[in-house]
Amino acid sequence: MGSKTFLDWPVIRQLRGADPTGRGTSVTSQRTRDLEPRTADADGVAQSICPYCAVGCGQRIFHKDGKVIQIEGDPDSPVSRGRLCPKGAASEQLANSKHRQTTVRYRRPYGTDWEDLDLDTAMDMIADRFIEARRRHWEAEDSQGRPLRRTMGIASLGGATIDNEENYLIKKFFTAAGAIQIENQARI
Amino acid sequence: MANADLVVIEGSNMAEAHPVGFQWVMEAKKRGAKVIHIDPRFTRTSANADRHIAIRAGTDIVLLGAVIRHVLENELYFKEYVQAYTNASTIIAEDYADTEDLDGLFSGYDPETGTYDNSSWSYDGPQDRLDRGLPERDETMQHPRSVLQILRRHYARYTPELVEATCGISREEFEYLADAVAENSGRDRTTVFAYALGWTQHQGGPQMIRTASVLQLLMGNIGRPGGGVMALRGHATIQGSTDIPTLYHILPGYLPMPKVGQDDFHEFTRAIGKKEQKGYWANAENYTTSLLKAWWGDAATAENDFGYHYLPKLTGAHGTYQTTMRMNEGGVDGYFLYGQNPAVGSANGRLQRKGMAQLKWMVVRDFYMIESATFWKDGPEIESGELRTEEIGTEMFFLPAANHTEKAGSFTQTQRMVQWRDQAVHPPGDAQSDLQFTYELGKRVREKLKDSTDERDRPILELTWDYPTDENGEPDAEAVLAEINGRHLSGEKAGQPLSSFNEMKADGSTDGGCWIYAGVYADGVNQARRRTPGSEQDEIAAEWGWAWPANRRILYNRASADPQGRPWSERKKLVWWDEEAGRWTGDDVPDFPITKRPDDPGDPDAGGAAALAGNDAFTMQADGRGWLFGATGMVDGPLPTHYEAPESNVRNPLYTQQSNPTRVTFIDEDNLSSPGAMGEGGSVYPHVFTTYRITEHHTAGGMSRFLPYLVELQPQMYCEVSPELAEEAGLEPYGWATIISARSAIEAKVLVTERMKPIRTGDSTVHQIGMPFHFGRGHEAIVQGDGANDLIGMNLDANVQIQNSKNNSCAIRPGRRPRGPALRELVDDYRRRAGILPAEQAQVDGGGVDPVGGGPVDGFSPASVRGPLEAGAVPDNNPSMKELDNR
Repeated sequence: MGSKTFLDWPVIRQLRGADPTGRGTSVTSQRTRDLEPRTADADGVAQSICPYCAVGCGQRIFHKDGKVIQIEGDPDSPVSRGRLCPKGAASEQLANSKHRQTTVRYRRPYGTDWEDLDLDTAMDMIADRFIEARRRHWEAEDSQGRPLRRTMGIASLGGATIDNEENYLIKKFFTAAGAIQIENQARI
Repeated sequence: MANADLVVIEGSNMAEAHPVGFQWVMEAKKRGAKVIHIDPRFTRTSANADRHIAIRAGTDIVLLGAVIRHVLENELYFKEYVQAYTNASTIIAEDYADTEDLDGLFSGYDPETGTYDNSSWSYDGPQDRLDRGLPERDETMQHPRSVLQILRRHYARYTPELVEATCGISREEFEYLADAVAENSGRDRTTVFAYALGWTQHQGGPQMIRTASVLQLLMGNIGRPGGGVMALRGHATIQGSTDIPTLYHILPGYLPMPKVGQDDFHEFTRAIGKKEQKGYWANAENYTTSLLKAWWGDAATAENDFGYHYLPKLTGAHGTYQTTMRMNEGGVDGYFLYGQNPAVGSANGRLQRKGMAQLKWMVVRDFYMIESATFWKDGPEIESGELRTEEIGTEMFFLPAANHTEKAGSFTQTQRMVQWRDQAVHPPGDAQSDLQFTYELGKRVREKLKDSTDERDRPILELTWDYPTDENGEPDAEAVLAEINGRHLSGEKAGQPLSSFNEMKADGSTDGGCWIYAGVYADGVNQARRRTPGSEQDEIAAEWGWAWPANRRILYNRASADPQGRPWSERKKLVWWDEEAGRWTGDDVPDFPITKRPDDPGDPDAGGAAALAGNDAFTMQADGRGWLFGATGMVDGPLPTHYEAPESNVRNPLYTQQSNPTRVTFIDEDNLSSPGAMGEGGSVYPHVFTTYRITEHHTAGGMSRFLPYLVELQPQMYCEVSPELAEEAGLEPYGWATIISARSAIEAKVLVTERMKPIRTGDSTVHQIGMPFHFGRGHEAIVQGDGANDLIGMNLDANVQIQNSKNNSCAIRPGRRPRGPALRELVDDYRRRAGILPAEQAQVDGGGVDPVGGGPVDGFSPASVRGPLEAGAVPDNNPSMKELDNR
């Protein structure tokens, strides 16, 4: 601060600079000038799309040390021209909310609380149950003997908030398994 | 939308639900466009419009039908466009009878099944000509059985007086709208309609949308810049999950799922599109074969019909609500939730939760502990004592999901544009993408069945299920996209990606998982990942992402030029015929065979694209025309007709037939409806409630009620009521109200606002109550609140099996709802007074003739409910199916 001179007085800065109304650079403090956006030291930025509604606004995902640190509107997008709504603007919290679940949780039948379960074990249990439900509710043909080749024991709901590629694999695998009750938000 | 001269937003609150998209409405306004908002509520959309027109929920067909009448009677429609590009001149079969002839029913109705046989709705002419899309026509459109004259008669009684008495819209307001549409259509000007779930979520919703399409066709506003009917969809890839469907009734690319009895592959593809018909559905066999090749690879051969017989068969509607009923009957063992929260987001939340309590197991894939994951410990039915945690046998697996920053993949937004997302970071802990989960589940099931000799396991074992993965086991999403795009399998291009669906073959020499997406991976380049900045492109922005089909941004854009191929006007030019170059050109990818001249007569013997005449602008339609009259495709009638909602307290002013005769419901004590105007008990539920989205929340709250910023902005469930209703019901501003429907009762904070207006219809007043649907009850979200969907019944539209959310009846009273068992006692008390408890009255709802699945409650067997099958996206000439089980 000792280096401050007469010329640094805000009113002088205002008069001699390009900010005659005194609402810009002439009145910013050293502290403000030293501030950097949190995106400045990001490791990288990924071009992405907002996960909420179907307008499809462009997002820029700033990340550092393997974590999302900021999400901003993508000014390059001809759809959104850099804008995001409150949901899109809050989507950094979607990733980093303290309420986020990051481990498998299991509730046994008639149980009163969650338990921990290893992911690999959970996947194996689900695969076993899938096969069993498929078998138990298999319908080879209708009452007139016409082929049905399906199971009514398995249902699925969801797809509108996940990726096209994910929807494709779900439809492909479940259909091959004969599960027809595959639905998503488009029905609602 | 920015190019429109008039923007009519109806059934949507675009400014709040799609705020960033709404900038294009404001852009249009800046360029001089007029904006009209038609909605029961005054919202921010209304505030930004030139005019807000308040409407009684569910009467949109009366309003738009009257505009149709206005433009027909006053010869204000775009005659040249209508003559050339629509089926207005087509002659309809002699045995067709209209709702005007049959008091609210079309010909072909079977009251036994509640379905139509649509064979009398067909075009006139010899069958072999009809098959080639060449029906009888009268180019003067004067023939009494021409579509234009039928249309005239159909809407003759949809007068401004009817609008005033039915919609609560004054003559002056009606004329403002009708004049605006007429003035902003034609060669030089265009009108766009935008809608959202305010149309979709009605019994009769699809017909509301069709009314707008009919009007837009009459005004020449389809296939042109600033025209169209824009669906404002609510989820990042709800369009993609319809194109590449996680839906029961279709396969990728709107190919239908096979139905029972469709055991001949060629007959199946022929039912989708006949080779001799006009347009691109004639190639249905190519698309289907390529899909089957993508799924079953080398195991799909010409000898085994490319694995067609591996596909499961439908026996009726198997939608999510049919599944809910099956769950409640104990007929479903396992349920997967991929980022969806039916305990809050689906109609009749109580039946959803009770159904889930009947499952053997459930897999919930989400970021947060949504209410559908915890209903067994903290759901409303635990609190009311209806269910006990210790008695719920559902085994729960909660698997944490990767979010959109933690995986690469594509979303398809509401204008069919596919946009790729790059991966920014790896998912934390056990979190995985749904791609990895599904791939892994498939691998494990295949491994466990690998020694099976059971014939039923062959489709699983022979499935192509081998994708490259990274070091974390994450499949390469681009490899999946490449499969969706399709490849040449033989010949000199073997291994190369397809560049368009026109390259698909029916001989097994190509594959492709979704024909309409062919080209998204053209030249081996992920076209959805293209990111040329908008500032460096024209308005079409063809190098940002990729839109299906063929990167075309406006469908049917041949209609942006006149029959001779010249732009209708300089101001509205988009695509035109370049005589010198001998091809179609313009700012968008032309939606027409590229070298077919405007005066080409078409080759009726060739079928497909070759059969299209040079002015057959509607290239997917079997006759090349835009359909004012829908001979097929809709199960409840070829023309939109007004019916009252099933619980409406207003009598249908047009017909004895009160409600849509094809409506679908489930007879269950937990899914009762008010008798409305058709029974004395209707007055017990005197008001209408409608539900909606708010800016700060998303659907069932799974992606918003767990985020601190968003819950701070919108922390609480509320209801909007007019000062008049508040006065009448004794509601205090910011106090509590209890809202009671025939299904349940919920509480909400009261927002008294003049944005809600009582609607005068005839000599009575209708109060409408607005409620956001984002809240639900559980202990894990930052905020909870009673769920509006608990009030809503599973009353479905027969075309699409979507529930009627926007127009139901309720009572409202001050104060909080009762706790514990007293809640159900309150609901039952109202039901008793309305006379709808099953023991006391067998009436299903207030709709007149019983809906599909109707009949006395006594002795009712849910499994035998019947209903029409969902109308396919593909028009065909087959009679609609009847006598199908509804499950």
